[in-house]
Amino acid sequence: MPTLATDRLRRHGAAPLEGPLVTAAHDGRRIVVAAADAAAAALGLRAGMPLAQAQALVPGLAIHPAAPDADAAALGRLATWCLRYAPLSAADAPDGIWLDVTGCAHLHGGETKLLRDLAGRLATQGVAARAAVADTPGAAHAVARFATPKEKGEKGGGVFPFPSPFASSLPFLFVVPIGETPAALAPLPIEALRMPPAHADGLRLLGFECVAQLAATPRAPLTRRFGPLVATRLDQALGTVFEPIVPVFPPELVQARLSFVEPLLTAEAFAAVIARLTCTVCTALEKLGQGARRLDLLFERVDGSVQCLRIGTARPSRDPRHLARLLGEKLERVDPGLGVEAMRLVVPLAEPLAYAQASVPLAEAESADQDVSALVDRLENRLGAALVWRAAAVESDVPERSVRRVPALAPPRRTTWPADLPRPVRLLDPPQPVDAMALLPDQPPVAFTWRRVRHRVRRADGPERIAGEWWKRAGEVRSVRDYFQVEDEEGRRFWLFRRGDGEDVATGDLRWFLHGFF
Amino acid sequence: MDLSIPNPPAAGPPAAGLIETLRARIARIGHSPPRPRGPALLLGPPIDAVLLGGGLSLGALHEAAGAGPDTEHGAAAALFVAGILARQSGPVLWVVEHADLFAPGLAAAGLHPDRVIYAEAGKPDAVLQAMEEGLRQPDLAGVVGEIGGRLTLTASRRLQLAAETAGTIAFALRRSRKHDDPALAEPSAAVTSWRIAALPSPPPLPHTPDTPGLGRQRWRLELLRCRGGSGKKSWIVEACDATGRLGLVADAGDGSAAPAWRRSA
Repeated sequence: MPTLATDRLRRHGAAPLEGPLVTAAHDGRRIVVAAADAAAAALGLRAGMPLAQAQALVPGLAIHPAAPDADAAALGRLATWCLRYAPLSAADAPDGIWLDVTGCAHLHGGETKLLRDLAGRLATQGVAARAAVADTPGAAHAVARFATPKEKGEKGGGVFPFPSPFASSLPFLFVVPIGETPAALAPLPIEALRMPPAHADGLRLLGFECVAQLAATPRAPLTRRFGPLVATRLDQALGTVFEPIVPVFPPELVQARLSFVEPLLTAEAFAAVIARLTCTVCTALEKLGQGARRLDLLFERVDGSVQCLRIGTARPSRDPRHLARLLGEKLERVDPGLGVEAMRLVVPLAEPLAYAQASVPLAEAESADQDVSALVDRLENRLGAALVWRAAAVESDVPERSVRRVPALAPPRRTTWPADLPRPVRLLDPPQPVDAMALLPDQPPVAFTWRRVRHRVRRADGPERIAGEWWKRAGEVRSVRDYFQVEDEEGRRFWLFRRGDGEDVATGDLRWFLHGFF
Repeated sequence: MDLSIPNPPAAGPPAAGLIETLRARIARIGHSPPRPRGPALLLGPPIDAVLLGGGLSLGALHEAAGAGPDTEHGAAAALFVAGILARQSGPVLWVVEHADLFAPGLAAAGLHPDRVIYAEAGKPDAVLQAMEEGLRQPDLAGVVGEIGGRLTLTASRRLQLAAETAGTIAFALRRSRKHDDPALAEPSAAVTSWRIAALPSPPPLPHTPDTPGLGRQRWRLELLRCRGGSGKKSWIVEACDATGRLGLVADAGDGSAAPAWRRSA
């Protein structure tokens, strides 16, 4: 992935999508280009070039500070993701990933299709990649980085490139057939052998240009001059020395499984199993100091199919009774068919959960601090997370915008609305048009008709003028609403407004609306 | 157990002691205790005197509904309930069928937005289930459910039992598209049943009746049913203030809120 650093910045939205982009780092003496994207490379910018020179070459160059740690972390995550293709995967700093696809390629339809799929998925995520399959990790490393289709075409052997399915990624995907490794490596430059730049410069001084020349040279003088590294790399690439790759291990999922002698059918039996599984899982979570945020319960049926229940919690939890109850409430959605042979409880998402000091408060706990997360979990699993909320005050005079829904367990905000402005307890959304009679410009209506019922206004208060928020919508630059709180002859109170200030037609069309009840 | 009823005196009002004995006996027979356990919320001396237990009992289900055209939205009833809960401390679960509550309006009755958790259930059945979930949670200040249409005896009994077990006050805010829907008056297991109707309010400044403006809203608070209590009663009150307290109106029709010396005069 030659442009991983810049691709990562773009993926996270930190950098503009268009135009040349480089990252800059301090090399001890001056600030240099640490990585350049494809557009910058096309303009002649390379890693290691002084930043001042780069800026002189390309005016308006986008520059971001290099973050090697974040790049390494991203590479590690990407290596973990690559486990979908093969069981062994390793990050090859700074910009590569090794995958041992031995015996796995056919699962993806062959090596060619695997590479195409891999590069395609990376390209849709905005990461450009070059990839190669070869007999040894060293050879794959060299071919992926240094082979070009043109060279291959001339030599006619070894490497079979094919175009990437996505034009945006670099069109370099190679498959080196078994036994063709020496031929594929021969034309590559000596830098392909993963040696320090000092070694490569030294070899070039001695007249070595490509791997073929190096392979044909006696080893002893080379080893005396450059140490054992050059020969080792060559042997590793050619496969005469075995090179293990240190794989990443997927984060281990906390899970528990129970299989039964006789298939289970009844809800009571499932509930008993759930109680045991949650206990096991919660013990495991406690050892890790974690709490579950999401739980999957899989029912393995006799006929081979699997049914799944998923629950989520608003806060990490490892209370077996709470989790068992959440699962138990969804049991009715499970179709046991002819019976369930085994049940498995998996925790796909867990978060750290520390012990809390239980204390006896001196005073009554503050209302908002009380723990209602168990209730919120039960409601959210029953109704859906979007349908359980708290209201939060927003600094806006427009009634519809003065309330925002926040998650039910959001920290208390301790803010409320101004107490001196009358606000109804029920709000009609959208406001309903009414026919009203009122004196212009600012008298409350004498009577209004809503749903064919005429209400005579006995008392009224107002107007409260609310101007449009022009910084939110251009159409509200001049719009105005005049709100009146009116009481009819029965004593019911309504919240009416008139669009417009009653004098200037540009502020509104003078129509009346009912917006709420007190 | 001796179930024979002691012979009442041949004439005159029954002795107070006899009624107490009978009440105690009924309490032993039936499940529902005529005297609600736990503390009670005060609404005002004349109202509390009628309510069994000296106030609105916590750990019980109460019903509230609007009257006349307000039956559909129940705005006054919602404010009444919000005011009662505002005087408690702790989180409140407010289950609605469809969200048309306006939080600033509830805040004006003293119910701070941080205290209220809203749950939008979508269906009447789901409202009842969500209310029950809320009543299973300890240390809630109260649970409110907006129930459109019928509330069956079974459903209300479940809620009443849950509220009794949890010691949490629960409100069924009854709504209906029909004005004064008879379905709302059907018997239920709720301990009290209220109807709140708006009344024309007096001028904001009593000495200058022509001043425009609005004073505090007035309600007719009707106690339709009260378990273990007497029949219908009604009071005229001033709507909740910013701390959720009702105001008793001194010039109410029956003069019940006026000082005793004036009543006797």
